[in-house]
Amino acid sequence: MKRVALVSVLAVPLLAFAQAKEQFVPVNSYWVGPYAPGGSGISGGMIDYFKLLNARDGGINGVKITWEKCETEYRNDRGVECYERTKKKGPTGATLIHPMSTGITYSLIDKGTSDKIPIVSIGYGRADASDGRVFPYVFPLMTNYWSQNTAKIKFIAMQEGGMDKLKGKRIAHLYHDSAYGKETIPILDLQAKKYGFEVTHIAVPHPGNEQQAQWLQIRQVKPDWVILRGWGVMNPTALKAAAKVGFPRTKMLGVWWAGAEEDVIPAGEAAKGYITAGFNLSGANHVVVSEIQKHVYAKGQGEMEDKSRVGSIYYNRGVQWAIVTTEAVRKAQERFGKGRPVTGEQVRWALENLNIDEKRLKELGAVGFMQPLKLSCLDHEGGGAVKFQQWDGKQWKVISDWISSDQSIVRPMIEASAAQYAKEKGITPRDCSKEQ
Amino acid sequence: MLYREAGQFKSSYAEDQRIFPIRQDRIAFWALMAVAFVLVPAFGNQYWLGAILTPFLILALATLGLNILTGYAGQLSLGTAAFMAIGAFMAYNFILRMPWLGVIPSFILAGLCAAAVGVVFGLPSLRIKGFYLAVATLACQFFVLWALQRFGWFTNYSSSGVITAQRMEIFGFAFDTPATKYVLTLSVVVVMALAAKNLMRSETGRAFMAVRDMDVAASVIGIPMMKTKLLAFAISSFYCGVAGALDAFCFLGTVEPERYSLDLSFRILFMLIIGGAGSILGSFLGAAFITLFPIFLNLVSGWISHTTGFEISHAVLSNLEAIIFGGLIIFFLIVEPHGFARLWQIAKEKLRLWPFPH
Repeated sequence: MKRVALVSVLAVPLLAFAQAKEQFVPVNSYWVGPYAPGGSGISGGMIDYFKLLNARDGGINGVKITWEKCETEYRNDRGVECYERTKKKGPTGATLIHPMSTGITYSLIDKGTSDKIPIVSIGYGRADASDGRVFPYVFPLMTNYWSQNTAKIKFIAMQEGGMDKLKGKRIAHLYHDSAYGKETIPILDLQAKKYGFEVTHIAVPHPGNEQQAQWLQIRQVKPDWVILRGWGVMNPTALKAAAKVGFPRTKMLGVWWAGAEEDVIPAGEAAKGYITAGFNLSGANHVVVSEIQKHVYAKGQGEMEDKSRVGSIYYNRGVQWAIVTTEAVRKAQERFGKGRPVTGEQVRWALENLNIDEKRLKELGAVGFMQPLKLSCLDHEGGGAVKFQQWDGKQWKVISDWISSDQSIVRPMIEASAAQYAKEKGITPRDCSKEQ
Repeated sequence: MLYREAGQFKSSYAEDQRIFPIRQDRIAFWALMAVAFVLVPAFGNQYWLGAILTPFLILALATLGLNILTGYAGQLSLGTAAFMAIGAFMAYNFILRMPWLGVIPSFILAGLCAAAVGVVFGLPSLRIKGFYLAVATLACQFFVLWALQRFGWFTNYSSSGVITAQRMEIFGFAFDTPATKYVLTLSVVVVMALAAKNLMRSETGRAFMAVRDMDVAASVIGIPMMKTKLLAFAISSFYCGVAGALDAFCFLGTVEPERYSLDLSFRILFMLIIGGAGSILGSFLGAAFITLFPIFLNLVSGWISHTTGFEISHAVLSNLEAIIFGGLIIFFLIVEPHGFARLWQIAKEKLRLWPFPH
């Protein structure tokens, strides 16, 4: 007994030392079910970028990135299980969590805040969490749904020839009937009032492979534009249904979760001309993706089984998330000690002080791949700009520059909604001037 | 050997009618309670308490609710998740709008709301049976989710239609850690399971079973059909409602109506079938199997690839998990169609006779 105790006393620091140069990032995603194309693509891109950093640079300042995959099936309870399973792994616990589902994000907000692990939801999640005073540990980065929506309306106005031309236009809002899908209803209503267009909200129940009734309604409404807030199998179904009722795809505008190759290829010809928003671009010709090809795939260590998916929208989105993750770790190391693994709390500070500018993007080989990102205690969103792309039958063609969102509409709504949340939960918002 | 009842005499009616007539069972039960209430919260880590045991207990309670309706009273229902949703959303609303009420009374009121809806959707059971009744309860499933999503009042006009569970405090004691939430869940589940067990041994329970076995005969011997069937719906929905409130407050924290989709109703029905219809213990065994086994498979596949270095693609692994799980369900249904509860009973009988099987 004594010997066992002695051995374990000796072994513990040894183990700790052996593990000390590792930064653990959980990869909780989904490889089965109706949303598997998104989950497998994003997690693949993320892991490949980690592999690239480990292979090419030896990690982040010598700290290797480690990860563990966990299957959530896009279900909230499994997502919580995965979070709890992985949050203490590695020498410093989970660096941050990408919940990979708006529903799971909601379930983790309380848990992450009390465990001091940042919940990073890039391009999804709770829009009002952009108010960092109420949500210190939640980061809906790049562009939240509300910001994206203002950019979409701007884009429609540009197509119609000016903001004043929106008056009297009819927009049908076809959405996935879940927290994710409903997120933009209030802002659409507000904008409809402001610009004088009519909006009809039409819900599609999960998973969305049956949309006949909805498209019948769209035919009755005769909208000028259809905004598609779909996810997974709902998207190709909508495109096919639109073709069937003869609604022009060039007047269909998708959210970025309805804008990947996996969403349009199954619809075949019906998808031609369809437009979606995006916060990252597709293509394998970006420097960072070709670096991954060179350092990871050339050695046969790539994560994607289907190599043709490297450079697809979802894959590149995963790479982008990994860039944000590792840049936050780098920033945290700069302040709390280079070459040492950092904790979730330190990463939270780093995220709030993150500044990925054009110069840094150039060093990362990601110019044009993603937009610059600068965060603060007040603003947990950053970027806020959206590009639009059109499917030409073979690939996505970018058809706009970065279109900025209208923060004069979004920000007051975010603050009001966050304040309501704070009141319900009894949270006292932080004073950002005292943060350092 | 140890499991012998020789020498245990029953000298009063009370002793004859206790839930566990054999002393060893009683000891095992109290030992289990001691472990569950004392050792587990003291030594369990957050992963086990927060992500494994709490959801297991909550789903066991929901299965128990369905068991009262389907297993004991014989009324097939596909609306279990909807009743859970009512419990979750109403508990949130009671605490939000009447904060002086306290947590436990809010849960009870939320359960009563679910019971009221259950009675309304139980009305068709007076005229239709079997699969047709299942379809009628399906309407409940869709109607409730539709109402929760359409009427902003239920979510306090939250823009994304979700509710966030408030802080729970009972007599000044805050239930905010996984361990305390687990203890709260466990207490509610134990009390309600004991109540269900006793209810099923009472006149009401016998009336339920008479209706299940043959409702015409039951009405001939004087069991009021309407009262019995609606009572079964009410009690069952109450249990599911409380389970839903616990799900929102002790497990997930923030929930969207989508959480309580038809998918969950089916999973609870599977728990009932696997565990054993018409058995309180079966509800727990079924819930344990369906919630814990996929996680167990997931962990095992992780360990295997970790220790042997043999890495299979994660997509294959995830699909394999579903395949093995489905295969096992079919296997168990063929080997023992009455579920785990029946297996447990057979094992106990064998043990009592052991080592002389005849």
